[in-house]
Amino acid sequence: MTANATAPQESAIAEAAQRLDEHAVEIVRWHFSDDTGCPFWLEWKEKHADFDPLTDVTCFADVARLFPHFQDDWLRYEQPERWVPQPFKGRPYCVFETGGTTGMPKQRIGWDDYKIDYEQFSDTLDDDAFPRGGNWLMVGPTGPRRLRLAIEHLANYRGSSCMFIDLDPRWVKKLIGTQQFDQAKAYMTHAVDQAVMIMKHRKISALFTTPKLLEALAERVSIPNAGIKGCFVGGTTMTPQYVRFLIEEVLENKAKLVPTYGNTLMGLAAHKPLTPEDNYSITYYAPQPRAVLRVVNPDQTDQLVDYDEWGRVELTTLTKELFLPRFLERDEVIRRRPCKQFAWDGVGDVRPFGAQKKNIVEGVY
Amino acid sequence: MNPLPHIPALRLGKPYVSLDTRAVTPLGSDEPLVEMSIVNAGVIKRDAKRFGEAREILRGYSSDELLAICAKAGELFMKAELPFGDTTQTADQYIDNLSQTSGLPHTLVRANMAKVHEVFVEMPIILKGLTRGIDLKVLDAGFGEQDGVPVSYFPTTKSLGVVLPSNSPGVNSLWMPAIALKIPVILKPGSEEPFTPYRVIQAFIAAGAPPEAFGFYPTDHEGSNAVTDVCDRSIIFGGQATVEKHAGNPRVEVHGPGWSKVLIGEDKIDNWKDYLDVLVKSVAANSGRSCINASSIVVPRHGREIAEALAERLAEIKPLPRDDKNAQLSGMANPAMAAWATEQIDDGLTTPGAEDVTSTKRGGAPRVAEVAGITYALPTVIRCDSWDHPLANREYMFPFVSVTEMPQAEMLDKIGQSLVVTAITEDTGFITDLLCSPLIQRLNLGPMPTSVAKWDQPHEGNLFEFLYHRRAIQRATA
Repeated sequence: MTANATAPQESAIAEAAQRLDEHAVEIVRWHFSDDTGCPFWLEWKEKHADFDPLTDVTCFADVARLFPHFQDDWLRYEQPERWVPQPFKGRPYCVFETGGTTGMPKQRIGWDDYKIDYEQFSDTLDDDAFPRGGNWLMVGPTGPRRLRLAIEHLANYRGSSCMFIDLDPRWVKKLIGTQQFDQAKAYMTHAVDQAVMIMKHRKISALFTTPKLLEALAERVSIPNAGIKGCFVGGTTMTPQYVRFLIEEVLENKAKLVPTYGNTLMGLAAHKPLTPEDNYSITYYAPQPRAVLRVVNPDQTDQLVDYDEWGRVELTTLTKELFLPRFLERDEVIRRRPCKQFAWDGVGDVRPFGAQKKNIVEGVY
Repeated sequence: MNPLPHIPALRLGKPYVSLDTRAVTPLGSDEPLVEMSIVNAGVIKRDAKRFGEAREILRGYSSDELLAICAKAGELFMKAELPFGDTTQTADQYIDNLSQTSGLPHTLVRANMAKVHEVFVEMPIILKGLTRGIDLKVLDAGFGEQDGVPVSYFPTTKSLGVVLPSNSPGVNSLWMPAIALKIPVILKPGSEEPFTPYRVIQAFIAAGAPPEAFGFYPTDHEGSNAVTDVCDRSIIFGGQATVEKHAGNPRVEVHGPGWSKVLIGEDKIDNWKDYLDVLVKSVAANSGRSCINASSIVVPRHGREIAEALAERLAEIKPLPRDDKNAQLSGMANPAMAAWATEQIDDGLTTPGAEDVTSTKRGGAPRVAEVAGITYALPTVIRCDSWDHPLANREYMFPFVSVTEMPQAEMLDKIGQSLVVTAITEDTGFITDLLCSPLIQRLNLGPMPTSVAKWDQPHEGNLFEFLYHRRAIQRATA
């Protein structure tokens, strides 16, 4: 296969860009109009904006140019109701959390976004690897996370049910941060024990878990022999070598690996199916136009890095439930070119920001 | 430009090229010499499921066959062109590669090579020392007789894990007898020294040892932990904190600081000039990198004169080109380590009661020198007024020694743990006290450098006792 065979048509790239521009204008107007905006953004427009979002934003580039970086403290210290757009008023919302190992977690409210995100994502899944109607098992962070409802919805959307084993990543990070490695290991074993029990007594065909838990599970049982056909994983860094290890050894070249990159604020980025040329290096593509990932120069965040260069991830979420412009993620990635399946920039070889310089506690999550 | 030679991992003998690699770069250069595969911890954990198979394959060889393999491997190690990843490596290339990346001059690489060779070819004597002379057929059959008494030994593990350091190739001699004892090895090489363990393994395999008996896993910190997790017996190297962390853990043997010493008795101290060569060798052999190098000299009197004379001799040891036949001093692979050590020493010198005697011999020149882009920590003698001085019992990875006066009667109560003590005395009472001390692992009696190790005298743990336990056995008479 040549590089050209995997590259999108120029027209596809232009169409995707136009769709994003239109969507960006629509969403900004929604959040900054008095009859549809939320109290936070309407107040921000009055007190802090040195431009008029309703007229000055004519394309996505204007969002990137005009808005400052979204501050994560806004999600910690603003009350949730301040983020309710007018048309959602009176409709109970879900509160999803992210972070929170120490101090106040970030909270995002939502109604239907997670369903829309995961229904769209479902279209990228292979029915052979994730059989419709087959049971799912999620082994990973549930609690206040969007992921728990999202995975169940994904399974339900595919006509399946999902069973759950919980794992609290905040506790794991605390244990590792305080050098209580034996306790961290015991907790992980506790989660794996429960998962093995379910896999032994129930027919499970699809798994959602973290890479480390998947590896630990495979030390106890053969994943394909346990009836698993597809593994949907996300959560921590996966180097190309680690991806290869998961595919060749943990999944024994039989069950399918579907890596994902996502979080409570973005939704879910799908990966470009691996080709031999990728050499197990995974590239993710944001669910554009609902979310946009840019790879920026960490020292000058208004500039993109060149293709195939490392940079920091900047997320912009553009839905009617949430407008989150230019949020700097704690990840660094390689900026990748659009591909045939996704006609916009991708992010490759995700790892924690500053991973080259210091040890980052990722634990099992 | 030719691609760099690549050293793969060996997964029970089978080469595995990882997508993660690390370059090994010569000292004073930015141009990598080789690259090696770095495997993730999971690879080691998955292979652990097959350690039992590897042990069964190795058990299929008789002790006689394995000893013959060792003898042949020793010759191959010294002379043969052996597999080196996707290419081959001659003995001279090995010497040069290791010298470039470790800082050891050719003379010291050759000395370490000779040590490894000796372990290969002297394996029968080594096993005799380790097993206290049991007939090795006992290991073949699992039971037998020793001096008319029935004996039976069972292995405590299916594999020996070894997390190797980068400082000295000679440490590989510690694990090599495991193969002759029929226990496969799972090696994590030091990040800067893959050359020796890889060449030793290739020599073993070329001599007829089963490849499955060798795991070679360049890996990260998590991978090192995986080695000690999956092997029921492991040898690791580290500082005092590591020693304390694993204290009482029967699965892990830690080779920590040696704190080796030379003691001169009241009866011999007035002849101290006769022992100056022994002192110099004890401190400076192998560039002071080994735990069996003396880091303290304790004498009842003449401390100042001994320190002066020793400093005079050690100050003559200077950085020389690595292929100079007179080179005795190794460059520091990690320059920060030299800076750290000299800062510690300078900090210690701020406590009254100690002086750097070598400093004056070098005209006050700094203890750390850079020559041709390579950093050296220069031999250092510190004279201390008291054993309580913070520098009296320190150990560094270069020729460093303290000289302290102390009455002979107080020595054994004060000097603490010592891997090696060379005691220069013929005082039978003192010798009896030395023999009774639980704090000395190897005792060299008489003027013998601490760095001299006879192969039938295992110290710092007995590998056979680590890998095998004796069980009671009784058979009904017919």
